[in-house]
Amino acid sequence: MALINPKKKEVQVKIVYYGPGRGGKTTNLEYINKKFKKRIQNEMVTVKTYGDRTLFFDFLPFDIGEIKGHSIKVQLYTVPGQVKYNATRRLVLRGVDGLVFVADSMDLRREMNIRSLQNLKENLETFNKNIFNIPLVLQYNKRDLAEEGIPILSVDTLQRDMNSRLRAPAFPASAVKGENVAATMKKIIALTVGSLRKKLE
Amino acid sequence: MDFTIEFDKQQIESIENILQEELIDLGVQSVILMDLAGNVIVNLENGDSSHDVYSLAALAAGNYGAVSAMANIIGEQEFSLLFHKGEEESIHFSKVVEDLLLLTIFNKNVSLGFLRLKVAEAIKRIQVLI
Repeated sequence: MALINPKKKEVQVKIVYYGPGRGGKTTNLEYINKKFKKRIQNEMVTVKTYGDRTLFFDFLPFDIGEIKGHSIKVQLYTVPGQVKYNATRRLVLRGVDGLVFVADSMDLRREMNIRSLQNLKENLETFNKNIFNIPLVLQYNKRDLAEEGIPILSVDTLQRDMNSRLRAPAFPASAVKGENVAATMKKIIALTVGSLRKKLE
Repeated sequence: MDFTIEFDKQQIESIENILQEELIDLGVQSVILMDLAGNVIVNLENGDSSHDVYSLAALAAGNYGAVSAMANIIGEQEFSLLFHKGEEESIHFSKVVEDLLLLTIFNKNVSLGFLRLKVAEAIKRIQVLI
């Protein structure tokens, strides 16, 4: 849950970008870091392994202004996507308030997306959280690959695979080009902060 | 299990007083009381340094979680001393209660033994409040 500091009138909100390895979670945060540089006071933190893969997480904190007299600090995290890093993925999910699931639109990645979503559901359950009750936005990343002739899944197929039961807001996106990266982030912040409004009253 | 510790204004002020008396007045650079989600609950500094406490807390939460998992793998419940020593500054981690950590950043003018003693005293006083 979000941490509310009644003395400083400050709320810390934890939003985690989840999804299969090499799906573009880190690229989302890098784009946000670049695009909103003026509002981000701290450096983006990344813990990487050899070969530029996220080992532990990326972390990007920034302020989004005030709601009901409380200043809101949003903390964006990514998880390592690779299957073998499930223990660290679970650590990052601790205390999560909102989730972005970054799916890979590449044809070849269809099964990985479904597996990763299932893994998210299971990991949330270890914290007694239900994927159907937590603020969640889906992002179908790498739409730009179609222009290079790489086979990608249609948005309809992705919706059927990932979102037929969740019915979460979903954005086709290209993290590399920045398309719908900000829209995805704004949506998850709105949903997450919206779920806190009652507590702040 | 997820945690649901909430603090009111008075608790935060009392905790700040304890950390000031036990640690900052002793010469510690910076103390951070945080949860294992990486949220900063209380942060006090002695004015000589300013660290990026939010990033520190995020990394410390991950680090603590990873070290605890390592302890479990070798059959330990937890490691009792978590401490990173630098040339100028060092970081000491201590569990306050389940899901709460106290991070202390101090320089070589403060001895580790004395720091551990004071941290233990501060934690005992904080535990009564929460």
